[in-house]
Amino acid sequence: MQTGNLLLLLIAIGAAVWYLGYRRSHAVAAPLGGIRHLHSLPSYYAMLAMIWCVLPALALLGMWLIIDDSIIRNSVISALPVAALPTDEVGYNLLMNKIQNVASGALAEDAVQPYVAIAAEHLNSLRRSNTQLLTLFFVCLSVLGGVWGWSRIQPQLRARQRVEKVIQFLLMLSALVAILTTVGIVFSVLFESIRFFGKVSPAEFLFGLEWSPQTALRADQVASSGAFGAVPLFAGTLLISAIALIIAVPVGLMSAIYLAEYAHPKFRAFAKPTLEILAGVPTVVYGFFAALTVAPFIRELGDSIGLSVASESALAAGLVMGVMIIPFVSSLSDDVITAVPNAMRDGSLALGATKSETIKQVIIPAALPGIMGGVLLAASRAIGETMIVVMAAGLAANLTANPLEAVTTITVQIVTLLVGDQEFDSAKTLAAFALGLMLFLTTLALNIIALRIVKKYREQYE
Amino acid sequence: MSKTTETVRKTLARRYRAEKRFRAYGIASVSIGLLAVVLLFSDIISKGTSGFFETYVQLEVTYDSELLGINDPTDQEQLMFADFSAVIKQSLRQRFPDVEGRTEKRALYSLISNGASYSLRDHIKDNPHLIGTTATMWLLADDDVDVYSKANIATRSETARLSESQQAWISSLEQSGDIDRRFNASLFTHGDSREPELAGLWGAAVGSFFTMLVTVALAFPIGVAAAVYLEEFAPKNKITDFIEVNINNLAAVPSIIFGLLGLAVFIGFFGMPRSVPLVGGIVLTLMTLPTIIISARASIKSVPPSIREAALGLGASKMQVVLHHVLPLALPGMLTGAILGMAQALGETAPLLMIGMVAFIVDVPGGPVSPATVLPVQIYLWADSPETSFVALTSAAIMVLLGFLITMNTFAVILRKRLERRW
Repeated sequence: MQTGNLLLLLIAIGAAVWYLGYRRSHAVAAPLGGIRHLHSLPSYYAMLAMIWCVLPALALLGMWLIIDDSIIRNSVISALPVAALPTDEVGYNLLMNKIQNVASGALAEDAVQPYVAIAAEHLNSLRRSNTQLLTLFFVCLSVLGGVWGWSRIQPQLRARQRVEKVIQFLLMLSALVAILTTVGIVFSVLFESIRFFGKVSPAEFLFGLEWSPQTALRADQVASSGAFGAVPLFAGTLLISAIALIIAVPVGLMSAIYLAEYAHPKFRAFAKPTLEILAGVPTVVYGFFAALTVAPFIRELGDSIGLSVASESALAAGLVMGVMIIPFVSSLSDDVITAVPNAMRDGSLALGATKSETIKQVIIPAALPGIMGGVLLAASRAIGETMIVVMAAGLAANLTANPLEAVTTITVQIVTLLVGDQEFDSAKTLAAFALGLMLFLTTLALNIIALRIVKKYREQYE
Repeated sequence: MSKTTETVRKTLARRYRAEKRFRAYGIASVSIGLLAVVLLFSDIISKGTSGFFETYVQLEVTYDSELLGINDPTDQEQLMFADFSAVIKQSLRQRFPDVEGRTEKRALYSLISNGASYSLRDHIKDNPHLIGTTATMWLLADDDVDVYSKANIATRSETARLSESQQAWISSLEQSGDIDRRFNASLFTHGDSREPELAGLWGAAVGSFFTMLVTVALAFPIGVAAAVYLEEFAPKNKITDFIEVNINNLAAVPSIIFGLLGLAVFIGFFGMPRSVPLVGGIVLTLMTLPTIIISARASIKSVPPSIREAALGLGASKMQVVLHHVLPLALPGMLTGAILGMAQALGETAPLLMIGMVAFIVDVPGGPVSPATVLPVQIYLWADSPETSFVALTSAAIMVLLGFLITMNTFAVILRKRLERRW
């Protein structure tokens, strides 16, 4: 049976067990004189029986689905004649694909070697018995669990406490997902990066000035060894992020100041949400805007004053990215500016300072740590932004500081290396994970510093 | 006048000027932001409006049974293999009888989309009695014709990808009123296609729907449960602190990193299939979880302690207090946060590129484990396509996506206003 059907079946069995448990708790309470002689409410007994029915079966299903595929694979491979056994991992995957295609009927049986056809037959029969076994065990376990839970219903059973323990355990598991995600991220980028650094030395990666990850398929081709010096990517990322921040920080900060200190409440009520629309627009839309409207506009502008501008200039991508992070800077700055105590404002004004002097000499210095934190968060946003640069920045790794030329970034390279056909286990594919590791570490460091600064600042005035 | 007053008065004009300047900077900054909003939207709307319409050409079509190769119009198989493009070619030749030569004829045939023969087939399938008769039909034009006919009449011949004779034919069709623009229904009913006039969003929309379904089903329960645990049950210890630091950091991790996680863990380690909404949904779940947890915690925090104390005082257990009282009261706020998280997930592209949801998929996906793409990825794919028509189509798709996002955000705001309680 399909997994979805199994789950539906489990819901049905669970509901039945709940109902039977509910009936039984009433039944055991009747001779004592009603349900008030039970330790817990009847629904807790029913729930406990249902937990016994559902949870072990779900655990079994999860484990089974994780391991069954590799067991079937190993069994198919070990049944092959020794002469046909693949020698390396690539050959293994090819053979497995072939067997699977024959088994699913996509490839005709007579078009392949006889041992592949036999293996496909074997695979099909294994899969059939696998699903049958799974269904059998799954149903048995859920029914047995249900019966066990049902039979344990006694007036003295502390059902509520047990149900609450289970629920609390499930809540804790959900909270652990956050840790698991971090662990998953760290391990996925770390392991592949370690494999990458086995092929390319870290020094070359971190300090090399040339990036051309295209490795040739044959050894005698021109440029057969790719160059993995990531400095041009770091420089390109920094260039585009710097342009974005040069746009976003003054504009965002000044808008926040104006809206918080000067603007009429009605204007603020209109302008603030309107600016925040910019934060809700999907990045792919910004990418389209940058590539099809801003970039041609900048190129024409450059042509008209005699400058040659690349059609995928860093300026276009940076400009649009800057627009994207304006609301980010402005809403974070707004928070810290409004958090500055009014007493400081009033004190400065009472001494005869103008409003702008108060802002420049009292409010901003007081809010500076918070603003810095916001800027750092915005920087980490800009560095990790993907779609705008994928669509509007170039692919060529130029090491330049000229914003009118095309540069490439870390995220662009990750996307180009991993989208499309991937060579298994090649330095090219692994390089994407090494870049991912760099990206993760950089943004993590920025975030930690920023959060720390913001937190410290908050404590100052609370 | 004292000396101090004197000095102050001297600099006063300068200080007031500085004050005005500072104010002007502020107004300029806000205007830049507002201008960006206006520019972005007007650019997309002006580019995309024409994408909702398609050009049709009116022709006299003769359903010649010999040319079609149909002798029994009720036979489905014959209909499947009937040569409807020959019929279209014949009617084009009849419309322009003086076209000679192979290349010229081929140029003439290319005015009509490849998809037109399918619509003729469907038409005959519904009306088999039309075989042998002649009827006036509106046929879908090719995308180059579409671009040409939508362009500004004065300047269009300079930018057109059509030959001069093709332009002359279109002008002749336009003069006789045989060119019309109609609503682009295929945009909302078709899957992707290499032909812009046939390409549609429906496949991507269904893919987005399944992806969001997986995301909602996973992210909302897990997020709420995690928030409840952290707010109500978690002991103050190192592990809880670590979880909190993790959540705050995950909220700011670039989305593409989640794509790498999906590729390495779900596809590489667990062997899940590529390009399917299930994996996309799981990746987006991990990405939106921090947002949902943070907003859910805020709304749990806003439930006043008196509610908890009253329930505890009546003898409820801690879990009963949470499940029976705190959670229902905090639910509207949690839902608002969840909808905003979903809107963020709906517009997300980068992590889905990593797990292969960027493939060219024509079929409308049938479930969460069939290969699919999603709306933002479709926009990315179309934006990369070289045909001019795809620009309008991409902008139209962006308008559809923004429409969904605006609906979700409005819904969240309304929900907050209607259900939020002030204590």
